[in-house]
Amino acid sequence: MGEMEQLRKEAESLKDQITAARKAVADATLPDTVSSTAVVGRVQLKTRKTLRGHLAKIYAMHWATDAKLCVSASQDGKLIVWDTLTTNKVNAIPLKSSWVMTCAYAPSGNMVACGGLDNMCSIYNLKGKDGNVKVMRELAAHTGYLSCCRFLSDSEIITSSGDCTCLLWDIETGTQKTTFAGHLGDCMSLAVPGDFKTFVSGACDFTAKLWDIRDSNCTHTFSGHESDVNAIAFFPNGNAVITGSDDATCKLFDLRSDQELITYQDSSIMCGVTSIAPSLSGRLILAGYDDFNVNIWDSLKAERVGVLAGHDNRVSCIGVSTDGMACCTGSWDSFLPSFSFKGQDNVMRLCKQNKQQYL
Amino acid sequence: MAQGSKDHISVGTSDPEEDSPNMIVYRKIEDIVSRLQDEKTGGVPIRTVKSFLSKIPSVVSGTDIVQWLMKNLCIDDTAEAIHLGSLIAAHGYFFPISDHVLTLKDDGTFYRFQSPYFWPSNCWEPENTDYAIYLCKRTMQNKARLELADYEAENLARLQRAFARKWEFIFMQAEAQVKIDRKKDKVERKILDSQERAFWDVHRPVPGCVNTTEMDIRKCRRERNPHRVRKSVYGVTDETQAQNPANTTQTARKPTREDVQKEISFLNTQLDRHCIKMSKVADSLMGYTEQFMEYDPLVSSPEPSNPWISDDATYWDLEASKDPNQHRVKKWGFSLDEALRDPAGREQFLKFLESEFSSENLRFWLAVQDLKRQPLQDVATRAQEIWQEFLAEGAPSSINLDSHSYEVTSQNIKDPGRFSFEDAQEHIFKLMKSDSYSRFLRSSIYQDLLLARKKPESEQGRRTSLEKFTRSVGKSLTGKRLTGLMQSS
Repeated sequence: MGEMEQLRKEAESLKDQITAARKAVADATLPDTVSSTAVVGRVQLKTRKTLRGHLAKIYAMHWATDAKLCVSASQDGKLIVWDTLTTNKVNAIPLKSSWVMTCAYAPSGNMVACGGLDNMCSIYNLKGKDGNVKVMRELAAHTGYLSCCRFLSDSEIITSSGDCTCLLWDIETGTQKTTFAGHLGDCMSLAVPGDFKTFVSGACDFTAKLWDIRDSNCTHTFSGHESDVNAIAFFPNGNAVITGSDDATCKLFDLRSDQELITYQDSSIMCGVTSIAPSLSGRLILAGYDDFNVNIWDSLKAERVGVLAGHDNRVSCIGVSTDGMACCTGSWDSFLPSFSFKGQDNVMRLCKQNKQQYL
Repeated sequence: MAQGSKDHISVGTSDPEEDSPNMIVYRKIEDIVSRLQDEKTGGVPIRTVKSFLSKIPSVVSGTDIVQWLMKNLCIDDTAEAIHLGSLIAAHGYFFPISDHVLTLKDDGTFYRFQSPYFWPSNCWEPENTDYAIYLCKRTMQNKARLELADYEAENLARLQRAFARKWEFIFMQAEAQVKIDRKKDKVERKILDSQERAFWDVHRPVPGCVNTTEMDIRKCRRERNPHRVRKSVYGVTDETQAQNPANTTQTARKPTREDVQKEISFLNTQLDRHCIKMSKVADSLMGYTEQFMEYDPLVSSPEPSNPWISDDATYWDLEASKDPNQHRVKKWGFSLDEALRDPAGREQFLKFLESEFSSENLRFWLAVQDLKRQPLQDVATRAQEIWQEFLAEGAPSSINLDSHSYEVTSQNIKDPGRFSFEDAQEHIFKLMKSDSYSRFLRSSIYQDLLLARKKPESEQGRRTSLEKFTRSVGKSLTGKRLTGLMQSS
């Protein structure tokens, strides 16, 4: 008992020292530094395409690197690959388990992956010899639901799970290579930067963690959120991370100064953030909320510069294409969209078609 | 930002009810709704309105609610206030008295506040038997305002089929409820009936309307303590209906000595880490976004047009073409990463390095990138090839590594894998970045592309420039030199 007390005291003292050290480098705040910069002008995005075809809640979507194709997962038990320009369905892949929660497109475009309450990550080969899309691998080792997955290449994939861990898999052998353990709550989402040497995860323990892929160590932990971190993404410069949480705020954390830079919040926003994506330059941050809206933030000034209000239910996923041209949002909606906005460009909405039945 | 402010080891032992995401939102809404109804402190005017033959008790107009929201929550835009109000209505905290669809309108439509008994924060999960009793009792009362809507009639029919065996029981319960209701005061009944209807509009919404009671299945497990869940408005529980399997209480694991020791070692690493000053970080963020904003299609209009708007794919053709335009070339100057990201950038950089006879660095870097994408079975062979080509004794394209990286790499190569050359690659990248890359940016190869200087490539072009050349040089050139020039161009 005495030893535990001592250890705890040591931990507390270290935490205090760290707090002091972080304060010492906080010689300026982001708002002060950018005070002379003007806020980005009002951003008005218009729905350009609506991708219809799912019959139940859409839980996830992911762009392919060619910026034209994307994949979406819905609880109707289907994974659909869309040609976003023509809105045609390139593939409609039926899933064994309809409780899917995540999907991912491989950078090469050769594969897609998905997973959910089946605790597995299923990999599908899109470029099979006979043209049929088949399951290539079923990666099973997690003891909780699969919340997110991201390919590093055609041979490696990282998954996050409700069992509080993330795993790195070798797809060819179908085995887990590395376990990333440390979160104290369900891991909800993960993001991979351009260099594939690290990744970040957000969890229900209210923190975000940065991991080194090669040695499986957690190198940074970011706290500050007051509820589950549902969404996470890298800032385009690779040195900062943006998170979205059930506490209705988004935060920007910097890796090099190891602390929070700024919070994106507004007293009129009460619902949690479900998904987040930066624009190509990082100047804009698009975040999807449980209140059916997407809010667009000026990342430096922390002001809202736009709202996308076209969905009739929670926005569950959002993605900006690799060339930064278009943003796609997916939702739990049931209405056929019939809205139009004034303005510029490039929003796509994934909506389901049918009405709900309760009995 | 204090690291020590939250003891994460104890997450999970605090009241799970308060931590659940829905509850957080409910508390925020309830705060607003309480203030809305509090007339003493500036809430909306709740009145009894005289209508044709009767009085409508306890109502407020949509406009009043919208105005209050705008004033008290500092909302500038009416549409935003309506959106927020509709969200609050969709959760059932106030409702239009004459409509099943729960939205807020900025007009004279009358709204009533929901009784706290029916608030979602009370963990309601009413069962279908309850809903059946409710619809059934509505049909027993001869009041126009209680008539079933089409979808409700459909629901009732379906429930009658589903509960055929116990319909007598349901009918009796409905009759009992009608008796209870009749005893209440007329005005009170009007209010209670409407509140009850609004409750069911939340839990059994009009088809096509959002069901705000739906929960994210990922959060379900921690959502409710089964003992707190209320399943019946009318005091009737259906034992045959199975417990929701997703509802299991989570008990937090007690931290062990190992956990704390791990935490301590992690904290030590954090303390030892060198951190950059915030001012520098903020400046670099500003610089980065400024640089890339002109390339960000959501901020600046791309040239010649955004394909999504104009349906003209020229922009994409330009991006993919092997002949990069000035816009693309300019980006290569931002960082070595950007230059290498563009295939044309890689090509030009390689060309430049070849002219300096130092292309082995880039070729090594590219080979290692490629190695990482190889299928497992080919990795070992490929790694050996790279070693032979670039690092072994007497290698044809020998690269210049520091002794430490060389040591590490020669160890790695004994058991070759995708990441055997990580150290070496990083070192070479730094070398290129600090040395050849800056020279590349000053080189004519790059500058010509950047400034879009036309090169004398075509025959005609060559002749024209030669003509100009001879004219400008004039008599000082001998014929021999001219021939020599022609041969080399």
